[in-house]
Amino acid sequence: MSILVGSDTRLVVQGITGREGEFHSRQMLAYGTHVVAGVRPGKGGQRVIDGAVPVFDTVADAVRETGANTGIIFVPAASAPDAILEQAHAGLGLIVCITERIPALDMLRVMPVLRERGVRLIGPNCPGLTSPGTAKVGIIPGSVHRTGSVGVVSRSGTLTYEVVQALTDAGIGQSTCIGIGGDPIIGTSHLDALRLFAEDPGTDAIVLIGEIGGSAEEEAAAWAAEHLRGVPMAAFIAGRTAPEGKRMGHAGAIISGGSGTAAAKVAALEAAGIRVAETPGQIAGLLVAAGVRPD
Amino acid sequence: MGRGDGTEGSACHVSHSIRVPGAPGPGRKAGSHGRRLGPPPPRAGPGYAAGMKLQEFHARELLHAAGLPVPPGRVATTPDEVASAAAELLDAGHRAVVVKAQVLVGGRGKAGGVKLASTVDEARAVGAAILGMDIKGITVRKVLVAPAADIAHEFYLGAVLDRAAQRILVMGSAQGGVEIEQVAKESPEAIVRMHAHPHLGLLDWQARQIAFALGLGEHLGAAAAIAKGLVRVMVDNDADLVEVNPLAIVREPGPGGAASERLVCLDAKITLDDSALVRHPDLEARRDLGEEDPADTEARKQEINFIHLDGSIGCLVNGAGLAMTTMDLVKRAGGEPANFLDIGGGAKAEHVSAAMRLILADPKVRAILVNIFGGITRGDEVARGLVEARSQQIREVPMVVRIVGTNAAEAAGILRAASFVTATSLEEAAERAVAAVRGAEAAATSEAAR
Repeated sequence: MSILVGSDTRLVVQGITGREGEFHSRQMLAYGTHVVAGVRPGKGGQRVIDGAVPVFDTVADAVRETGANTGIIFVPAASAPDAILEQAHAGLGLIVCITERIPALDMLRVMPVLRERGVRLIGPNCPGLTSPGTAKVGIIPGSVHRTGSVGVVSRSGTLTYEVVQALTDAGIGQSTCIGIGGDPIIGTSHLDALRLFAEDPGTDAIVLIGEIGGSAEEEAAAWAAEHLRGVPMAAFIAGRTAPEGKRMGHAGAIISGGSGTAAAKVAALEAAGIRVAETPGQIAGLLVAAGVRPD
Repeated sequence: MGRGDGTEGSACHVSHSIRVPGAPGPGRKAGSHGRRLGPPPPRAGPGYAAGMKLQEFHARELLHAAGLPVPPGRVATTPDEVASAAAELLDAGHRAVVVKAQVLVGGRGKAGGVKLASTVDEARAVGAAILGMDIKGITVRKVLVAPAADIAHEFYLGAVLDRAAQRILVMGSAQGGVEIEQVAKESPEAIVRMHAHPHLGLLDWQARQIAFALGLGEHLGAAAAIAKGLVRVMVDNDADLVEVNPLAIVREPGPGGAASERLVCLDAKITLDDSALVRHPDLEARRDLGEEDPADTEARKQEINFIHLDGSIGCLVNGAGLAMTTMDLVKRAGGEPANFLDIGGGAKAEHVSAAMRLILADPKVRAILVNIFGGITRGDEVARGLVEARSQQIREVPMVVRIVGTNAAEAAGILRAASFVTATSLEEAAERAVAAVRGAEAAATSEAAR
C-alpha cells in the first residue's frame, strides 16, 4: 500500500518532448508507471517514447482522451506556474512539479488557486515521489527502493536517495517516498505528508528528512507528538554546520534572524519523542530500535 | 536584515541631539500599548530569504520610483563629488548633510561609515575619510550624500516573504532604528503584523490599521501609502524583503520659517529573489561585483552552488541536501568543511574541473572529499570527469572519492586505475578525508621542524 501514487495513477507529462521530460518519461514507463499522455502545445497528435505515449496540445485534451488523473511538470521555470495552473484547471488531483528556480512570488499566487480547487501539489524543485513496486512519478532512481511499509518524506533529492538506499540495504522497504522540494513556498509540507501517512494502512513507520530553514520540521514534530504516538519514527536534519544567512543550494535552506537552525529542529523532533540520526546511515538502526522489523 | 540601520539612525540623532534619550514619543507609546494584529507569531520571525542584496541607494531608487517619500540623495565616489553633492543640498536650504558608506555589510554606522557635515569643506573631509575605508573586509567605494534629517520619531516598516503562511507579511514597529529581530525577541507584542493577499496585495483598511497601530494617525495617508507601496515594490521587483528602517517623522523648515513634519523613508533595504532575476535584467545589472567574493562570481558563472567556509576539507557533492550532510559528517569526524558545493546534475569533466578550481582557489584546503550519489547522474561519467579534472589541477591535495548509485562499480574501476582513495560509506569517506588532512598537517610540521 502507498499514498498519492500507485497502480491507479494515470500520468500526463507536461514537457514530454524536452530532454529531461523525455528521459524521465522513459524511466517512469520502465518502472511500470502508467504514463498515459504527454503535452506539448503545437505537437498534439504525435506519439513519443517509441510510439508509446500520445502527445496532446492541451492538458484538458489529454485528460479527456486518456483519463489522466495525475500530472508531472518538466517545463522551464518561466512557464511552470502556468503549467501548474493548466493542470489544476484540467481537473488533475495531484500535480508534481520538478522544475527548479520558480520565483517565490509566482508560487505565492499559484497556491490559493490550488487550494480553492482542492488540488495537491508536490514541489516545486523536488524529485517527485515513488510508491515502490507500483508507480514512480518523478526522478528518484527506481533502483534505490524496496517494497515495504516505511513512509519517507524529505526536502532533498540525492539525500533522499542516500537515505532510501540505506533503508533498502538494511532490508527495510518503503510504502511511498516523497521529495517535497527545497523551495520556500511548496505545495505539500512535511506535516501534510505525515497526515497522509497516518491515514495509510500500508504505512507502519515514518522517516522524516529535513534541513535548515523555515519551521516546517518543527510544525510536523508538534503534530506528530499529538497524533503519531506509537508510530515508529526516525528523522535526520541536514545543515548542522551551515552558517547563518547563507542559502545552502536550496532556495529554502537558509538560517536567518536565528531561526531555522538544525539545532532547533533536532530539539523539536526529540521533544516530540522522535529519534534524530546523526548520519543517514543511522536511520535504519533507529527504526529497528523503534520496533520496525527488517525483511 | 536590519543590519546596521539602527546604528546609523542613532548616529544621526546623537550628533543632532534631537531626541532626549528615553523620551517617549507617539511611536514608542503605541508600541508599549502593544496593539498587535493577527495571531501571535510562532517564532522570532518568519523565514527571511537572503537573495541578492541591493545597495541602499539602489533600494531608495526603487522606493522613489514607486512614489514613496524618499529624501533626495546623490551617490559620490570621490571627495570632490561628495563636496559638490553637499554644496547642492546646502544651497537648497538643508543645514547639514549625512555621508553614508554604501556597503552591503552591517554595522557601517559603528564602523564610522556614517558621518554628518555642515559645510562643503567638512563634507569633502568626511567623504575622504569614508571612501577607501575598510568595513568588515569591504573597501568603501561609494557613499550616499543626503540631507541630514531632523528626526522627531522613528519607526520600522518592512515586507517579507512569510513561508509558513505563504503570504507577504507586512511588519511594523514603533521602535524604529532597531533590528526587527531584536524587537521580536524582546517585545514581540510591539510588532504589528498583517498578511497581504497574494492576488490583491495589501488592502487600504489593512494599511490604515497598521498606521493606527503604530501611532501614525496624524500621518495616516502617508503611512498607509508607504505600507501599500512596500508590498507593491516587493511584487514588482520580485523581492524577498523590502524594509524601511527607519521610517521617520522628520521636521522640515516650512515656508515663512514654520516647521512642518513629514513621514519619510530614511533608509531602505531590499533583497531580491535570485530565482526571479532572469526577468529583471535591470536589477541583475545592479549587482555589486566589487563587493562580492570572486569565487562567488565564478561559481555563479559556472552555475555551481558554492559557499565558502573556514575549514580545510573541500567538499564536492551532487545535491544541496547531500552537500550539507557531507559537511556535517566532516565536522562529526573531527574535521572542518572548507565549503558547501553542490555541483548539480553536471558530471562533465569541464564542470567537475570548474568545481575543483573553486575549491582549490582557497589555500586553506588540505584535502578534498567527493561525494556523488549517482541517480540520473552516472557514476562512471563523474569518475572520468574527476580523472580529467585532476590532470588539469593547479595543485595536488589528497582526494577521497565516494561514488555510489548508478554505475558505481564502473566508477570504482576507473578510480582504482587512476589510484584515487575511495570509500563506500559517507562516514568512511569523511573519516578518510579528515585523516588525509591530519597526515598533510603532520608532514608540514615535520618539514618545518627539519
